[in-house]
Amino acid sequence: MGINRRSFFRVLGLTGATLAVGKELSAGSVRYGGIEFYGILYDSTRCKGCRGCEFDCAEAHGFPEPPPSKGLAPIRKTNENCNTVVNTLKSSKGEVYVKRQCMHCNEPACVAACLTQAMHKTMMGPVTWDGDKCMGCRYCMVSCPFDSPKFEYHSPNPKIQKCDMCFERLKTGEPPACAYNCPNEALLYGKRRDLIREARKRINDQPDLYVDHIYGEREAGGTGWLYLSKVPFEELGLNTGVQQSSYPALTKGFLYSVPTIFVLVPSLLLGIHQATKNDNPAQSDEDGQS
Amino acid sequence: MITLLNPTKMDNPETSAALRQGKPVWRFLLAEMKPRGKFLTPFNIVSLPIMLLGLVLIVIRFWKGIGSITNLSQDIPWGLWIGFDVVTGVAFAGGAYVITFMVYILKMKQYHSIVRVTVLNGFLAYVFYAGALLLDLGRPWHVINPIIGNGFGTSSVLFLVAWHFLLYMIAELIEFSPAIAEWLGAPRIRKILSGMTIAAVIFGITLSTLHQSGLGALYLMAREKIHPLWYSEFIPIMFFVSSIFAGLSMVIFEGSISHRVFFSQISEKNHRAQQGILKGLSKICAGAMFAYLFLQMLVFVHNRHWDLLGTPMGYWYMTEMIGFVLLPMILFFISYRRSNVVMIRVAAVITMIGVILNRLNVTVIGFRWDLPVRYIPSWMEVVVTLAVIFTEIWIFRWIINRMPVLRDPPEWAHDNI
Repeated sequence: MGINRRSFFRVLGLTGATLAVGKELSAGSVRYGGIEFYGILYDSTRCKGCRGCEFDCAEAHGFPEPPPSKGLAPIRKTNENCNTVVNTLKSSKGEVYVKRQCMHCNEPACVAACLTQAMHKTMMGPVTWDGDKCMGCRYCMVSCPFDSPKFEYHSPNPKIQKCDMCFERLKTGEPPACAYNCPNEALLYGKRRDLIREARKRINDQPDLYVDHIYGEREAGGTGWLYLSKVPFEELGLNTGVQQSSYPALTKGFLYSVPTIFVLVPSLLLGIHQATKNDNPAQSDEDGQS
Repeated sequence: MITLLNPTKMDNPETSAALRQGKPVWRFLLAEMKPRGKFLTPFNIVSLPIMLLGLVLIVIRFWKGIGSITNLSQDIPWGLWIGFDVVTGVAFAGGAYVITFMVYILKMKQYHSIVRVTVLNGFLAYVFYAGALLLDLGRPWHVINPIIGNGFGTSSVLFLVAWHFLLYMIAELIEFSPAIAEWLGAPRIRKILSGMTIAAVIFGITLSTLHQSGLGALYLMAREKIHPLWYSEFIPIMFFVSSIFAGLSMVIFEGSISHRVFFSQISEKNHRAQQGILKGLSKICAGAMFAYLFLQMLVFVHNRHWDLLGTPMGYWYMTEMIGFVLLPMILFFISYRRSNVVMIRVAAVITMIGVILNRLNVTVIGFRWDLPVRYIPSWMEVVVTLAVIFTEIWIFRWIINRMPVLRDPPEWAHDNI
């Protein structure tokens, strides 16, 4: 076989087309370099477990009123009807309280997972959900290391529910409802960089009170919510098994290989096809019988 | 199995094109819609009630929400419908890209007689099992969003998989379309369509490489949620390599049934060729499984999970690897050496069970294995899954009985590939 002009152009065209498609499909993890996110510092040593934030959150988002504290299960999780819970736990240093909600990662797995960009990391920091885009595939739930997104399984028009850091309030300049109303100043809203500085300062000032770690500073590549504690974070029931780097980076290698494969595989296949092409049909029939 | 399905009498070699003579297309299509052959066969009696029940359940699901008929939870968002219907179903559809590679790219002509049925199987698998995805979507009316650009989530593996499903279905349809043209008796259109085959094949194989592995890559971000014996950064490669023997085992399995059920449609020559084809496929299966097992061992040794072997999940892992990969691999190898067709079929069935186990171990059984309350699919999820499979078989049978798939193409359609 030889390459004549026509087949050369055919190969060229196919390669070009695959290059174009490959480019469109290529993607890496979402990058947020250089942007200053806002976040919330939760100091669990200051929390009195009053659950006021649960009520403020329900009010701000139109959820049903949370149940009374009496007879509550020891470990509750957020669900499609409540974006935050405060659990009271027994620990090595007596009773401790821990507030749970979406962590608002710097590089959120749910945002990288979302194929319609319904999950969105806003410039301010909150991770929000857009019902006009979401197809309800729940891949965000599969990917989130904190199991934050919750799905309305019993609705014909289900939504994904999770803490949105009161994004609507933030846009009007008000802090999130929970941070704004906390009577014990356990919640502090501000720029993430300032919050980390403040958290460090608290640990330095009272090294006997705090565990020397800010949960969320590096967890999952850094999160918007930052936790301080007087007991090891396992005892707070936080997921200490999360990796200390970005989750979207885990799929980066695969996604980067896509354009390469889109160029190499068709070229290779076309090459083999040309090479095995038999110009003598009579002979190929003989081969078919073997 | 033979009596279960419904063999229609197609003894008359008269082609559909001949039947069409003198009729307008719509009259012909209408006539073709009518069922042929006996209606009350055991297969129909079993499958019809399940399909109807499945339909009722689907109505309930769209009316009351996914939670009304499934056991999915906030911790387990993907269950049987994704883990089995989509992830396993697509692996079994892998035969199409392997066989088209062998026939159209490597020009292994002895496999030409099974190309059409394999491509048809692959196409229907994508339509139905990926179609079953719509049932699992909470907001299926937005399924078009990643295609029309209401959010190109290019950083998502699922975005890639969604596009690939769509494009691959089109590629498979083009590969199969000459059979449709032959059925409709349209030589001109057939000529144009078969001219597109090679391009569709090359495009299709490329897409398959990526989305077979892509289905595994979906789970890469669920790093702590999947049991460490099944999670590794090599899931995509494992899924790709195993799709080769998963697809071919399905070809062996489906071919063995088709050859009996649709016996009268297959020419004498192709009946005789069957054994050679099975032998060849079993050799490829054995080779692919050897590579797969080797990869699995490399990953296992590399991850140093020796301590986990003594746990119940460890026993389960060993069962999968020894009982459902090593054993059928040896069986394939022996049956190839001894030309034992029965043993090839047994090996294919064991391999298929192994592939189901592997996909479910990653997606369902090993997913959040540490939770106190485990996910077990509800009977309704199982019924809907069965209904989808039965519907696919009905459509498959309808097409086989009308279009030249197993049958030789009509006289006017002979050409060299």
